[in-house]
Amino acid sequence: MSEPHIETPAEADAANARPFDRPAPEGTGTGATAPAAPGEDVLLEVDNVTLRFGGVVALNEVSFSLRKGEIFGLIGPNGAGKTTCFNAMTGVYRPTSGGIRFQGQSIVGKKKHEITRGGIARTFQNVRLFPEMTALENVMVGADAHHKTSVIAALFRLPRHHREERTGRDRSYQLLRFVGIEHRAGDVARNLSYGEQRRLEIARALATNPTLLCLDEPAAGFNPAEKADLLALIRKIRDSGVTVLLIEHDMRLVMGVTDRIVVLEFGKKIAEGTPAEVRDNPAVIAAYLGVPTDAA
Amino acid sequence: MTTEATSSPAPQTPVPGAVSAREKKNRRQDSGGVRGWFGRQNPWVRAGLMVLFAVLAFLLPYVGEIPLIGPQIVTQGIDWPSALFNMSYYVLLALGLNVVVGFAGLLDLGYVGFFAVGAYTVALLSSPDSVLRTEWGWTAAVPIGLAVAMLSGLVLGYPTLRLRGDYLAIVTLGFAEIIRIVATSTETLRGDRGFSDIPHPPGEFADGKPIFGVADAVPYYWLGLAVIILVILGVRNLDNSRVGRSWLAIREDQEAAEIMGVRTIKYKLWAFAIGAFIGGLGGVMFAGQQGFMNSQTFVLQFSILVLAGVVMGGSGNIAGAILGGALISYIPDRLRGIQDPIWHTDLFGFRFAIFGAVIIVIMIFRPQGLIPSRRRAMELKDREKEVAPIE
Amino acid sequence: MNFSGLIQDFGPLTITGLAQGAIIALFALGYTLVYGVLRLINFAHSEVFLLGSYACLIVWGFFGLDQNSATPSTLSVIGLLLLGLVAAIVISGITALGVELVAYRPLRKRNAPPLAFLITAIGASLFISETVGVMTQRNIKGVPPLIQPRDVFVIGNMHVTNLQILIIVLALMSMFLLDRFINRSRLGRGIRAVAQNPDSAALMGVNKGRVISLVFLLGGLMAGIAAVMYDLKIGVTRFDAGFLLGIEAFTAAVLGGIGNLRGALLGGLLLGLLQNYAASLFGTEWLHAASFVLLVLILLVRPTGLLGESLGRARA
Repeated sequence: MSEPHIETPAEADAANARPFDRPAPEGTGTGATAPAAPGEDVLLEVDNVTLRFGGVVALNEVSFSLRKGEIFGLIGPNGAGKTTCFNAMTGVYRPTSGGIRFQGQSIVGKKKHEITRGGIARTFQNVRLFPEMTALENVMVGADAHHKTSVIAALFRLPRHHREERTGRDRSYQLLRFVGIEHRAGDVARNLSYGEQRRLEIARALATNPTLLCLDEPAAGFNPAEKADLLALIRKIRDSGVTVLLIEHDMRLVMGVTDRIVVLEFGKKIAEGTPAEVRDNPAVIAAYLGVPTDAA
Repeated sequence: MTTEATSSPAPQTPVPGAVSAREKKNRRQDSGGVRGWFGRQNPWVRAGLMVLFAVLAFLLPYVGEIPLIGPQIVTQGIDWPSALFNMSYYVLLALGLNVVVGFAGLLDLGYVGFFAVGAYTVALLSSPDSVLRTEWGWTAAVPIGLAVAMLSGLVLGYPTLRLRGDYLAIVTLGFAEIIRIVATSTETLRGDRGFSDIPHPPGEFADGKPIFGVADAVPYYWLGLAVIILVILGVRNLDNSRVGRSWLAIREDQEAAEIMGVRTIKYKLWAFAIGAFIGGLGGVMFAGQQGFMNSQTFVLQFSILVLAGVVMGGSGNIAGAILGGALISYIPDRLRGIQDPIWHTDLFGFRFAIFGAVIIVIMIFRPQGLIPSRRRAMELKDREKEVAPIE
Repeated sequence: MNFSGLIQDFGPLTITGLAQGAIIALFALGYTLVYGVLRLINFAHSEVFLLGSYACLIVWGFFGLDQNSATPSTLSVIGLLLLGLVAAIVISGITALGVELVAYRPLRKRNAPPLAFLITAIGASLFISETVGVMTQRNIKGVPPLIQPRDVFVIGNMHVTNLQILIIVLALMSMFLLDRFINRSRLGRGIRAVAQNPDSAALMGVNKGRVISLVFLLGGLMAGIAAVMYDLKIGVTRFDAGFLLGIEAFTAAVLGGIGNLRGALLGGLLLGLLQNYAASLFGTEWLHAASFVLLVLILLVRPTGLLGESLGRARA
């Protein structure tokens, strides 16, 4: 694994210039700790979602909601249903019952690409880049999500298409710089180091211009220095106005960066609150230490 | 490719010690061989070389005039211009199949079906044998033929695209066989009797003789070449745009592509439609030159031959498809009129057997083909990974 | 459409369909076996059948028999049949192993993507059938009339012939033996283990390479038997006979759920019946088209076939 790229202050400033051409959100991540008041700035609402695979209940009446501009942690031991929950939100699975609303609109049953265009982007637990494409092209695929011109315009190289290609490319470069791997733009994704691939996945997701970015165990396999870098990057993303949902089972990492946390165990929500509240919750402690509990 | 260094924004705050995108790009394409060399030239040199290639291609009918080498190149069992015309529609077919198989990664074993649809539509509209009795000219029939071919691509594509890669292959094969059986068995399509007197393309020389006659195939070849050049330009534009990126993304990881906002069904359908359109182009050209066609023209081995060409040349690569398409036509035509020593049959009859063996050898020893795509290797992947709930 | 014809000839169509279906089912086993273990469509299986159908003709040719010979005495017919079967089985088995060796093993070593296998298999199929085509000038080859079809019993207008009974009985017997082999023997257990979970089977000491060769071989043996019966039933063979029947066998395999042995039997019989009914309804030239249309329809409605795919779970 190559050394993580550590930014110089000058770079960080340059990169912190908002990478997205979207209006700045109100109430950007103030680190509010109070539970979400219903109807107020709620971005995503998971409402009583149950998901069964045959006889297996992967999610059992899980409810929580995300507010605009926060970093939200979804944690739990292995097999708790975190990724399943993620998959339900991004249209990979359809909940057996319950609703998921994004910006007030139900997204249950919508197609995956519609959900992406609607403003939810994600990364994968086991990196899933397009291995034979260059880093830049990977990001451009994400950027294409909001482009209007398509086959006909591309076929005849219409000026409008040309413009879109150019802005897409420019934005993709900016995003690569934002995540700190601009120097790898021309390299095939397969040849990037593991850490770079993780960053590239984040850049690709950001290119779809999301309101909500879901990161599925982005720190898996990272050493402490890389984890620190990643935390900085996640904060930077939040500060640029994107709400972040973070799946993680490394408690320490989550505690350090999130504003609020939901804890899942065996497909059920066992706790919700600020990192401090969750840390002291006996059910959470039991779940993590493996003590069987009837509580919660 | 898409990373044209010239138009990429200069990094305002270059990462210390990092390599600029332009250098990176050059280094990446430094893949050795002719292709690597070609990639390193500046755009003007490249454009110049392309024009030179095109001019040389137009001069191919006269290659026999070159002393010593020329007579070795030209075919004996078939007149050279006709062989060249054959090459031109095989190249068209290879270019079209390359869009479907090489770009979008959909293994279509029934590609000849679209060729048949294009040719039959022209025949139905223009031949005096047709029940329609419209007897249109070739030019009038061509757009309809192309539209019907494209439509048939959509009709086949829409229901089948959800199938897994290998099932898709078998279903497309079934589609081509159904077309052949329908052509053989229905009265309207006249089976083996076929359609005769399909009109040739229009145009006259100053002395009143038609440009596209029966005797001389050179004008047909030139027409074919012109069509090929247009197709190459179009296909290249697609490959270098978001369309090509979407196809590649679908090929590499369909679900990830979808989650990144790629409308997979739409782009797969486009691939099918574009492939069918180009296949139909081959069909209308063929009908216009031959003047006659019947259901024997569209045997299934034909589809597989074109697939062999694409795989042999280098799937996913335009230059590869052209080379492959040309070879699958040229080699058998060159063997025409030469007898094998054992069974004393024309070596032309061996063409399918030979290319069957060639496919195996290539897949084993050089799966990326003669001119590999920049994307390296065979990307006939259908990794339909589930987003498994691995936790 | 000719409904009255269908109703009137329902009995004869049914028995013809069953005999035809039995051959298709035996042929289909090869697709199903290989698919069950490798999850790949062995496109070249049709040529395994083709060479079997020529092998027995060549052996009978040694005895001076061709399509114009008189039917030999009963005893020599039994001997000739057995010899023909052995020849077809041996040649088909060798061909199947050869296909695996040339078109599959090198790719497997490299871990090539699935479609690469399909392409090499297509190459092998094209090579074999076209070589046969060139060698035979693409002419049909007649089969000596070893068995003159004679009615054994008659129900209404349904004449059941000795040949039909032979075909159906032989097919069922072969399938029964195969089923026993896969479910009861140690080697069969290996096959099922690999079909269910290749990785853990390898960990348990099952030699995957050997299992793969074995399923190719078994498929080849069945195709050899099918080929002899096909020759006897149809009376002629040709370089593309394998391809045409192969598509039908594949359809049957998918119909029954590819990878599922008993499904192949069911699918084969069903397809044989449906084909004959369809041919009666729409005319014989649509017999082949019927199976294609059916294949497309099944895959669209139920992408995993009627009985679902599984060699391991469905216990063969």
